[in-house]
Amino acid sequence: MNPLPAAPASSTRLDPITLTVIQSGLQQVCNEMDLAFVRAAFSPVISEALDRSDGIYHPVTGALIAQGDLGLPVFVGTMQFGTRAVIERARDLAPGDLYIVNDPYLGGTHLMDVRFVKPFFYRGELFAWLANTGHWPDTGGMVPGGFSANATEVEQEGLRLPPVKLFKRGVMDEEVLAIILSNIRVADQRIGDIKAQAAALNVGERRLTALIDRYGRDTVEAGIEELRTRAEQQMRARIATIPDGRYHGQAFVDSDGVVDEPLTIDMRIEKTGTDLHFDMSGSSPPCAGPMNSVIATTRSSVYLAMKHIFPEVPINAGTFAPLHIADPDGTFLYARYPRPVSGCAAEVSQRIAEAVFNALTPAIPEQLFGAPAGTSGNFALGGHDPERDRAYVMYVISGGGYGGSPAGDGISNGCSTIGISKSTPVEVFEQLYPVLFEEYALHEGSGGAGEHRGGFGLRYRLRLRRGTAKASFVMDHGRSGPLGALGGEDGGVNVVIVTRDGVPYHPPHRSKDQGLVLHPGDTVEVRTPGGGGYGPAARRTPEQVARDVQRGYYSMEEARERFGGWVSR
Amino acid sequence: MSHRLAGVDVGGTFTDLLFLDQATDDVRLAKVPTTLDNQAFGVLAALETAGVDPASLDLLVHGTTTTTNALLERKLAPTGLITTRGFRDVLELGRRTRPKPYGLTGWFEPLIARERRLEVGERMDAEGRVVVPLDEAAVATAARELLALGCESVAIHFLHAWRNPAHERRAREIVTALWPNDHVTTGHAILSEFREYERGTAAAVNACVQPILARYLSRLVDELRSRGYRHDVLVMRGNGGTVSAPVAASTAVHTVMSGPASGVMAAAHTAVRAGFENVITCDMGGTSCDVGLVRGGVPAVSSELEVEYAVPIHVPMVDVHTIGAGGGSIAFVDEAGLLRVGPQSAGAAPGPICFGRGGERVTVTDANLLLGRLDPDALLSVNDPVPIDAIAARFEAQIGAPLGLDAEEAAVAVLRIANDRMAGALRMVSLSRGHDPRDFALFAFGGAGPLHAAELARELGIPRVVVPARPGITNALGCMVADLRHDFVRTINTPLAALDARTVHETLAEQARQGREMLGRERVRLEAIHVVHGVDMQFQGQSHLLSIPLETATPSVDALQRLFERAYWQRFEVELPEIRAVLVNLHTAVLGRRPGIDLAALAGGSGDRDDADARAPADEMPPPPTTDPSPIRAGVGDCERHADHGVTRRRTVRFPSGRRATPIFPRTSLGPGSTLDGPAIIEQLDTTTVLPPGFHAETDGSGNLIIDVPTT
Repeated sequence: MNPLPAAPASSTRLDPITLTVIQSGLQQVCNEMDLAFVRAAFSPVISEALDRSDGIYHPVTGALIAQGDLGLPVFVGTMQFGTRAVIERARDLAPGDLYIVNDPYLGGTHLMDVRFVKPFFYRGELFAWLANTGHWPDTGGMVPGGFSANATEVEQEGLRLPPVKLFKRGVMDEEVLAIILSNIRVADQRIGDIKAQAAALNVGERRLTALIDRYGRDTVEAGIEELRTRAEQQMRARIATIPDGRYHGQAFVDSDGVVDEPLTIDMRIEKTGTDLHFDMSGSSPPCAGPMNSVIATTRSSVYLAMKHIFPEVPINAGTFAPLHIADPDGTFLYARYPRPVSGCAAEVSQRIAEAVFNALTPAIPEQLFGAPAGTSGNFALGGHDPERDRAYVMYVISGGGYGGSPAGDGISNGCSTIGISKSTPVEVFEQLYPVLFEEYALHEGSGGAGEHRGGFGLRYRLRLRRGTAKASFVMDHGRSGPLGALGGEDGGVNVVIVTRDGVPYHPPHRSKDQGLVLHPGDTVEVRTPGGGGYGPAARRTPEQVARDVQRGYYSMEEARERFGGWVSR
Repeated sequence: MSHRLAGVDVGGTFTDLLFLDQATDDVRLAKVPTTLDNQAFGVLAALETAGVDPASLDLLVHGTTTTTNALLERKLAPTGLITTRGFRDVLELGRRTRPKPYGLTGWFEPLIARERRLEVGERMDAEGRVVVPLDEAAVATAARELLALGCESVAIHFLHAWRNPAHERRAREIVTALWPNDHVTTGHAILSEFREYERGTAAAVNACVQPILARYLSRLVDELRSRGYRHDVLVMRGNGGTVSAPVAASTAVHTVMSGPASGVMAAAHTAVRAGFENVITCDMGGTSCDVGLVRGGVPAVSSELEVEYAVPIHVPMVDVHTIGAGGGSIAFVDEAGLLRVGPQSAGAAPGPICFGRGGERVTVTDANLLLGRLDPDALLSVNDPVPIDAIAARFEAQIGAPLGLDAEEAAVAVLRIANDRMAGALRMVSLSRGHDPRDFALFAFGGAGPLHAAELARELGIPRVVVPARPGITNALGCMVADLRHDFVRTINTPLAALDARTVHETLAEQARQGREMLGRERVRLEAIHVVHGVDMQFQGQSHLLSIPLETATPSVDALQRLFERAYWQRFEVELPEIRAVLVNLHTAVLGRRPGIDLAALAGGSGDRDDADARAPADEMPPPPTTDPSPIRAGVGDCERHADHGVTRRRTVRFPSGRRATPIFPRTSLGPGSTLDGPAIIEQLDTTTVLPPGFHAETDGSGNLIIDVPTT
């Protein structure tokens, strides 16, 4: 896949004041789309977990112009590829048309991330594209929620939609809608998400029209081009702070869910001048299970890793211009039809980011940190509640510890690297599903030891109260913990224990399994990873270690073993 | 009849007092430095400065930042938590986010440290059925252990207590019997809504600040009593209402963020009397700009505010959107070559360059000064006056050179960017919530609000700006005019199709009854009691709520359905006949109206003004007018003709369109019915109002300055 072509250069120069005003104006258009989408959405993955993003894209290339501040990070890079895929296929465009698409291979992530893409006309002329992505709770497939741990082809993962017009000239195509709703679970509420997702783009249309009315088409266009150039300059200025050289990092996915062997992400980064070249060709070959990554997600993961390292650089297509990513042909990071891909957005993407962090830590240690937990902790429980005579799909995603950093210890129970989501309260789960949480606590001892220790993961255990249900897990870091940095230790590993009739069961693939049948009284316990430590543990002060012990973060024995002879000091 | 009233508001820098004798229209004001260690000293100093004898007061209404500061600075009382077994870490786990979308570092410190969070055996399920009975002995043991750990206050927070509070109530009895003071908080009593982190945080905040507020208020009341004050002190809360001091202390979480609320209350009160039911309020001070929305005279209230990262306080609070754009906001050119203003602020120290306290970086205040909008000789808080050329040189160096502008153009640009940021905040409280700013007036106050309001209004198409008579003491006025108020929220969470309307009617009636009873206990003279009902609704399966006011306490289920559909359409332009609507919460606000305040008195229409003037610190007090001024009718270039009406001088002011010789009017010279054409500058000690070319202003009978905004 070729990187996006540069947009044609503009000759108009803008005064910097107008430029700032246009930048904040474009940003606000996107933020308002984000807000409208979240407030009106039904999918809790969108409304609570904020698993969505809205943006404005170039009319010809699909390149990113602006994106909401609280858009899901992994979508930041993917949506421009997805929008371009729609542009290449679009025919007979008219105002009010809206495409729906979730094909992973066409600039997507996994099937659950459904994109709405809409041409934006200003006074009858195509000015830009507006698009948003939202994670639907289900798009059909072999397991409720879409996260199959051992699918071997994409058809098993759910309904795949190429770009099709769901709205034509503002009118919804009821036939297309009927096809969609007939192929997904809990379809009755999806009409709410569809309308919310479309309405958010309508908000964007109105706001963007007002912005162009106010400043003029030429000025806004010139502003967009100038902002692209400046974001690129800004990113280059940051890259220039990295010493020239070659850097190597690795990260490992536990398994693909089918074959119990680790998958390697081999990240070679070469820095010359103000450019970074990323070579992942040494990574594992395509895998049988759903841990393949589509190229748009692979690219986006590198982008978001760099944005985490240099958070001050604004986001538009220019930001990514100095990042050159060689297509990792022949690896599991460039999945082609019909490879299953459900794990790419939630898990593989985080490992790719981890490999980038790992590679660049020796180069710019003051900008980096121990690896974060790096798993979304997907746990789906689907069953039938006899008391309410209702089928349900419960969907739990969890946080974990962040790595220690030059600034201090890592935070506990942070959200995934690629997300910004809130967890669902226990009181909500228990209202909706026949489960009782027995514990919802810090995963003690999981923070990687270090001068600045990692944050702690989450430990929860729930019991099925009624009926039967099937449990599925797609998590990671069960084999080895998130990497420590500069001599810091790795964070604690992810653990899943399913206890049925009093007998504990550890999934053979540690962090992945599916279709485990539960009966009333059976329990599921999950412990998510802690963050990697930063700097040698022996450098942590005795006072800090004593405080950690007082708070029960580590037992006395653990502290003695992992932080050295602090007790005797 | 309570007719001698004082409102005292403690702000970050100044403690403001407004005194009114309704029998004689005697108005007095005072502005004294806030005393951070014990705000009571500042309150007493303000009374003394204004010459108000506490013994002669009928009522003192107080706004304090004691709890807000304690929370934001984490100077909290030692507090323990007793909670459901397995759940002590809820307060530390939060809801799994990170402080910023990008960057994987950050900081979060739980309100109650882990070693003080103890678990006891007990469990309710989501329907409120007992799964594990309360281990009463364990509760007693936990309480003793917390006391041994030095805890002064305790929060009891059990899972699903919003649904069935029996265990929390029983635990409270057990703990109260052992606890040496009354600092025992139960979660359900603070917030009767589901979501354990949010409810637990509200309870923890309450427990952590309650001893601090109780101590402060009792010291204040003691001091006032020793000076002869005989009545209850009313305390301002974040919902824009007041309660008596003992109630305020036991529900301390409700006083968090009360400062911005009192400003919006005063704005609502003033605007309604000036004929504006719908206003957007803009309080711009030294470091930030607080924006609120008033519709139909009622400030918007939200129960979803987060005071900082991962500290949600879901009790009803006046919905104020704060951005870091104030007079002290620093302007700079970022690495992409774009001009930025704020959120970093020069604060009080070093402050803007013009304060002469060592500030080196250009700020919004410096821009206003350089452009002639502010009078260099009338600045408050100046240590060593800085020559205007020195300020110009810094604009040239820091902003002008990188952007290719001269110093004046650079300052114009700084104001434009500052206004653009504020316009963004105004859009977020209006447009993004389904309101068109063109249907509102802009109510501008705070030291810097009126400097920017006219241009800000034009940017947003807002047709009118209201600048009140006393923009610098608006919060103290808010204290004085605020109603007594009690809020109740009850979660119902039932689809309309399954809803029995009687449940709604009974719950609302019960909430109203409780509120009336609480008002009855407060021994404050009330003119009327108003009961306001509302519902929070959603479509089945959603997690966000839409709050809708009710016009009756006995709505039918059909009426609820229609109200919801209409509100949903207005907000999202979405219709969803396919999906069932759910009634989630019922809420009631019971408002005790105190006798109204005549705002005309504030403009200084009558009373012993000379007295008040004499008692005010000359350098900080807005002086009341010296005589009843006659109306001024002034246009551009008219200042000479009206020299005897108070136009003392002109200044060259740089507007975006160029330099203009601009007449300067003392605010006190503008009697009721005065009219002005821009450009003009209206000065008073607590603020400066800029009337740009093409704008037109007049004063109304209450001393408000009403600016007509030309359409672009």
